[in-house]
Amino acid sequence: MTRKQRRLTMIGGSLAVLAVAAALVLNALRDSIVFFSTPVMVAEKHVPAGRRFRLGGLVERGSLVHGADLAVTFKVGDGSATLPVAFKGILPDLFREGQGVVAEGALDASGVFKADTVLAKHDETYMPKDVADALKKQGHWKDDYGDKSQAAQADQSAANPQSAGATRGVPQ
Amino acid sequence: MIAEAGHYALVLALALALIQSTVPILGARLRDPVLMNVARSTALAQLLFVGGSFAALVTLHVTSDFSVVNVFENSHSMKPLIYKITGVWGNHEGSMLLWVSILALFGGLVAAFGNNLPLSLRAHVLAVQAWIASAFYLFILITSNPFLRIANPPIEGRDLNPVLQDIGLAVHPPMLYLGYVGFSISFSFAVAALLEGRIDAAWARWVRPWTLLAWIFLTLGIAMGSYWAYYELGWGGWWFWDPVENASLMPWLAGTALLHSAVVMEKRNALKVWTILLSILTFSLSLLGTFLVRSGVLTSVHAFATDPERGVFILLILCVFIGGSLSLYAWRASALKQGGLFAPISREGALVLNNLFLTTACATVFIGTLYPLALEVITGDKISVGAPFFNLTFAPLFVPLMIAVPFGPLLAWKRGDLLGAAQRLFAAGVVALIVIAVVWAWTRGGSAFAPLAIGLAVFVIAGALSDLVERTGLFRMPLAIALRRARGLPRASWGTVFAHAGVGIALIGIVCETTWNTEYIGSMKPDDVAHVAGYELKLDGVTQRGGPNFREMVAQFEVSLDGRRLSVMTPSKRSFTTRGSTTTEAALLTRGASQLYISLGDTSADGAIAVRIYHKPMVLLIWFGPVLMAFGGMLSLSDRRLRVGAPKPARASRALQPAE
Repeated sequence: MTRKQRRLTMIGGSLAVLAVAAALVLNALRDSIVFFSTPVMVAEKHVPAGRRFRLGGLVERGSLVHGADLAVTFKVGDGSATLPVAFKGILPDLFREGQGVVAEGALDASGVFKADTVLAKHDETYMPKDVADALKKQGHWKDDYGDKSQAAQADQSAANPQSAGATRGVPQ
Repeated sequence: MIAEAGHYALVLALALALIQSTVPILGARLRDPVLMNVARSTALAQLLFVGGSFAALVTLHVTSDFSVVNVFENSHSMKPLIYKITGVWGNHEGSMLLWVSILALFGGLVAAFGNNLPLSLRAHVLAVQAWIASAFYLFILITSNPFLRIANPPIEGRDLNPVLQDIGLAVHPPMLYLGYVGFSISFSFAVAALLEGRIDAAWARWVRPWTLLAWIFLTLGIAMGSYWAYYELGWGGWWFWDPVENASLMPWLAGTALLHSAVVMEKRNALKVWTILLSILTFSLSLLGTFLVRSGVLTSVHAFATDPERGVFILLILCVFIGGSLSLYAWRASALKQGGLFAPISREGALVLNNLFLTTACATVFIGTLYPLALEVITGDKISVGAPFFNLTFAPLFVPLMIAVPFGPLLAWKRGDLLGAAQRLFAAGVVALIVIAVVWAWTRGGSAFAPLAIGLAVFVIAGALSDLVERTGLFRMPLAIALRRARGLPRASWGTVFAHAGVGIALIGIVCETTWNTEYIGSMKPDDVAHVAGYELKLDGVTQRGGPNFREMVAQFEVSLDGRRLSVMTPSKRSFTTRGSTTTEAALLTRGASQLYISLGDTSADGAIAVRIYHKPMVLLIWFGPVLMAFGGMLSLSDRRLRVGAPKPARASRALQPAE
């Protein structure tokens, strides 16, 4: 092999691997990303049943009902609309009524959001970022909260470059 | 007083760094050894002052001086001493101070032990180190001063985030930073080589131990962080593909590639330009990681936009260093002479393949991490890219890499014999096939994925061992000779064997844990019994007790197997009064490499307690693998070749001198 041929082999091989990687990435981006919605966005966009998305908002006060065998239902609201959520399993440490929550799952035929994952952050002053952004846009943002979440965010991200610090509910 | 002294020491360190950034370069231009040697003294003095500044912050935390904002916000007088110390880097300002302290430490090490470096190279390397240091000193002093005072000091502090009050976190960030920041050395060497306009095999030999050192720390740091998340976050996950984790994985992947390409450069004087580029990229990814974690951009793009001071400053540092070094690279790389030739099938070729797959895998992680941020900034759409994305992209790229790993060390330099290597790997292949068959039969025809993946892992381990057998002549020669040969084998070769076997072992752990993990979730009352993976767990009772700065509810479980009592497990739930938050302390019972894992949920009104119990087979291998890799790295680092110092650099010919 001449030097040129060798170099071409190398470049050809690299391009092949990169092409495979690009195909994998594009394929994965099409199939495995999950969009974020708030209840009002769900109402406006008519999300079809069975499509996975992340639902964010505040847990409505007085809506949490514990059923048999670790089943729970609660309502998530964003000030304009509310959506009933059903989950089975252990809720995270910081799941509380009146606080922010992000749930991942899909709507069922009757319009109930069946969550298989419920996320909350470990620091109680912290609100999930998607929720905070959405609430800010709609003007439901308390300034006081913003300051505290700044402070919380510092220690959140600070010492643990490794971990999200998120807890999540484990589905049964 | 201590706070002011610490602040002042930091300002002095900045002044020293500014001197170190300029004078040695001037000295190198004027070929003045005195000016060039300034770098050595300033680097050591810098280490002294930053060390002093860091010690001052530690003192403030230990003595609970709440007149300092940083201490007030992150400490509490009742906190145990160990967490008072680790709380120093449990917050933004303190961890940045740790970052620059480690940077100064590495600079000091080069200054102290770099006596065998050519004078001008050392001057350039230390000057580049000082550029980085100056940027970060300015960042700390302008935007995140840890020594700020409060006008009316409160009596009590706000306490450290309870999740961070853990021994795993005491060690994890310093380890990770030693890795991140350690790559600054190879970056400085690369930029110095570009500035000097020449590079040779001796250069690679100087760079390799530093890269290896950083890589060892990063490997251990990532593994430790993963284990911390596993037992502290309370739901048994050990890797979340969270952006913050990816931020540390990307430099690790690039650093692993760099480690391998530096070998090619050292042995064969080839891949020079590529090695330089990788050095720059690896540290750039470390800087990117610092930006992602420190700027708050991950927590919220909006928070970043409304309080941009810190984020923009780091972004600026990022742009200047990455942009600057890449421009320098584009401008000067062509001045570096291309090195040795090699056939595609050769040790070099195998290492190129390794680099190709590692950097491509790194690129997919990069896309998965930054795409959601970019999309949100551009279109406002919010998406999350989670584990499915990475499983679909990262895993397929790692499979061919794993298959190729055992072949690499068996191929000869320059022109290898693939058939010969395959013959020598015959035994490893047979072992792997037997394992696949056995595992598949044992799981009674379950999914084929797990047996195949385990077979692949066994192939990697057996391949590493066959390399060892091949080199020592075990089975072919009398045992005594084989042992003598094994003793005579360079430690770097032993390092390769351990590191490669470590990859296989970690893979076995990952596959076993994800495939055969069993879990039980339910609510239990005292004397209830849960059955998980053949174990019986009986809830004996729940008690309350107080800790130094928390109250905890402890549940006691009696674990038995086949009616035989094994042990008692005590998971607990702690509530920290100062912050009003709770943490879940999981209880772990180790059986061989497998673990039983119990964590507690809420207590309901009728006294039943929500419990999750996992049996995680072979889970410890996930972290044992990286430990083995790091051990391999340490063996390689202790190789005589690296201790005796590099050979004299090739004499520079006129053609290689920078165009001036």
